[in-house]
Amino acid sequence: MGGSTVRTALKYLALLGYLVFLAFPLAWLLSTALKTPQEMASLDPTWIPRNPTLANFADAFGEQDIVGSAARSMVVALASAVITVLVALPAAYALARFRSTLNKVAIGWVLVSQVFPVILIIIPLFMVLRRLELVNTLPGLALVHVTFTLPFALWMLQGYVRAIPRELEEAASVDGAGRLRALASVVAPLLVPGVVATLLFAFISSWNEFLFALVVLKDPEVATLPLTLVKFTGPEGVVRLGPLAAASLLATIPSLAFFAIIQRRLRSGLMAGAVKG
Amino acid sequence: MRRWSAALAVAAVVLAAGCSSGGGDGDGAASGEPVKLRFLSLAWQKESITANKQLVDEWNKANPKIQVEYVQGSWDNVNDQLVTSFEAGDAPDVIHDDSPALSGFAARGFLLDLSSSLPSELKSDIPQAAWDTVTFGDGKGGQGVYGVPFLQESQVLYANKKLLDASGARMPTPDEPWTWDEFAEATKKMTKSGAYGVAWPMKSPVNKVLTLGLNFGGTFFTTEGGKTRVKVGAEEREVLSRIHDQLYKDKSADPSALGMGTADPLPGFFGGKYAIVPAGVYLRQQVAEQAPDGFEWVTLPPLKGVTAEQGATSQTLSVAADSKHAQEAVKFISFFLNGPNQAKLAKGDWLLPTSTSAAADPAMTQKENFWDVATASAKNLVVAPYLKVDGYDEWKSKVATPALQEYFADKISLDEVAKRLVEEGDKVLERYGR
Repeated sequence: MGGSTVRTALKYLALLGYLVFLAFPLAWLLSTALKTPQEMASLDPTWIPRNPTLANFADAFGEQDIVGSAARSMVVALASAVITVLVALPAAYALARFRSTLNKVAIGWVLVSQVFPVILIIIPLFMVLRRLELVNTLPGLALVHVTFTLPFALWMLQGYVRAIPRELEEAASVDGAGRLRALASVVAPLLVPGVVATLLFAFISSWNEFLFALVVLKDPEVATLPLTLVKFTGPEGVVRLGPLAAASLLATIPSLAFFAIIQRRLRSGLMAGAVKG
Repeated sequence: MRRWSAALAVAAVVLAAGCSSGGGDGDGAASGEPVKLRFLSLAWQKESITANKQLVDEWNKANPKIQVEYVQGSWDNVNDQLVTSFEAGDAPDVIHDDSPALSGFAARGFLLDLSSSLPSELKSDIPQAAWDTVTFGDGKGGQGVYGVPFLQESQVLYANKKLLDASGARMPTPDEPWTWDEFAEATKKMTKSGAYGVAWPMKSPVNKVLTLGLNFGGTFFTTEGGKTRVKVGAEEREVLSRIHDQLYKDKSADPSALGMGTADPLPGFFGGKYAIVPAGVYLRQQVAEQAPDGFEWVTLPPLKGVTAEQGATSQTLSVAADSKHAQEAVKFISFFLNGPNQAKLAKGDWLLPTSTSAAADPAMTQKENFWDVATASAKNLVVAPYLKVDGYDEWKSKVATPALQEYFADKISLDEVAKRLVEEGDKVLERYGR
């Protein structure tokens, strides 16, 4: 009895340590955002600002269109996440369930596309987008993001499909369900955690993406958040830390909200005991 | 293939309206609509952004037929951004950059030669030494002027006034600056337990070493018969060994500051850990903004070796060769960089104007925040020898940066660093020289 209490206490302690580790950067960001320039240059930094100020927020929001660019980032990230999943899902199912030589070729393509240096593709890609008149547009950027997230999303999803025992679908057909019915009633619900994980992955990849956004988007009216944040940096790595921290802090809120909404669907263990033997 | 078109179709449906914005504004001038110019600015300090925006507003009000759109870029990635824009023929009309970047763009025909289109007042207001920093080969055997130089920087010393006074060292003036020997003596005196005389932030050591190298006539490059080679002789070794001596012989420089970026030693400077920090004049802004109440600091003029000369580069405004409205762009630049406006821009960025009339502006010579010392240091600027070297960027990142970092970390000797800079460097330059 005593042993298990100690074990539980240790578990909570480890969990607490992990939480502190995860929360540290955010807490430090908050603290920095509220500090004066003098305090930021102090040799003995404190967690709680001695003279808290909102000047950094005023500077950040006064100079740059933080809210607008966050909204545009949100649109691009949501669109590319949804499109990625819509395109990858049927492909992943086909890859996982039907054995053919195409299968191996497709998987080989996924791997090769992951090791190709992005910088080599960027100019030709820009030319293609220009022809499609998608330069300087958010759909253009979303399309690029989809292209680059797709291979890994496909890889991820087909792993989830493979994890669903084929026997479940067979059992459904024995009970008289056609393939579509089996897909909709048996496979789809079990795939939800996989789809959510893939959505999150695609969302975050797009939300943080900088280089393509820099190349594709030209005007301030279409700039996404990473492009706006980098405006607080100067030459030789000198950074306006206060406004950057203030803007970054607010930039994390939409993605945190997206996580909070979607993470409840990230359950595992749905299939425990589904197939006997 | 079908997947691609599906993605495209879905993307178009999901995001259709409201997202896109007009890229091509066409040739509005013919139809009576105003010409639109895109101006990529790299201003990043608060006051500088304000000054830039004010000047653009002023222009737009006075010139309803030529409207300028202010687009803020970032020093961190401007050249990546420009390469793709140039290649795709979609570059901004007016481009803010610095002179080292212009040479490559000019040789590839991306920038407009401004030599015949600039007004004479602007030409004569900026000294030839500054024009030299933007004069490059056009890639076809000719020479051209590929930008208007407007802001320059010199390397000065920031000193903790209390520690400097206590050391008894002579206070240097622009007319009688410290020699490197006096500097070494002063930093020795200011080194006490837990406090160092100087912090050399050497995360990016190359430009600093090459700029200061001219103090002893060190050019690091020599061109004979059209072929450029790296040279590390006695002149070039002076500054290298003097900094190394401060680190390991005098122990008056903190080795742990070597990995720092330019502004990183400031907390230690304010905390009394470092008496002197060498850096560009623009760092005055950070020092003035971040210094704790009661902290007294001074800006000391550039050091003198055989001369006080430093290699200069310039911030520049250029016109894209592809611009549909080149004439209007030149007009805008001529307004933007006239004497009074350069003074405003220099003040916003805490840098030195190239314009002689701007340098005479009372704001540039006031004692407050050591503008007088900073502006006086401009007389020592000569065109940086590396500016005309094809392949310099590659030499800098692949050869010089790691070699100098290892030398300053005392991992290799002076002879070894010299050998690497020359032998590995010549191989790089050879490829560019063909």
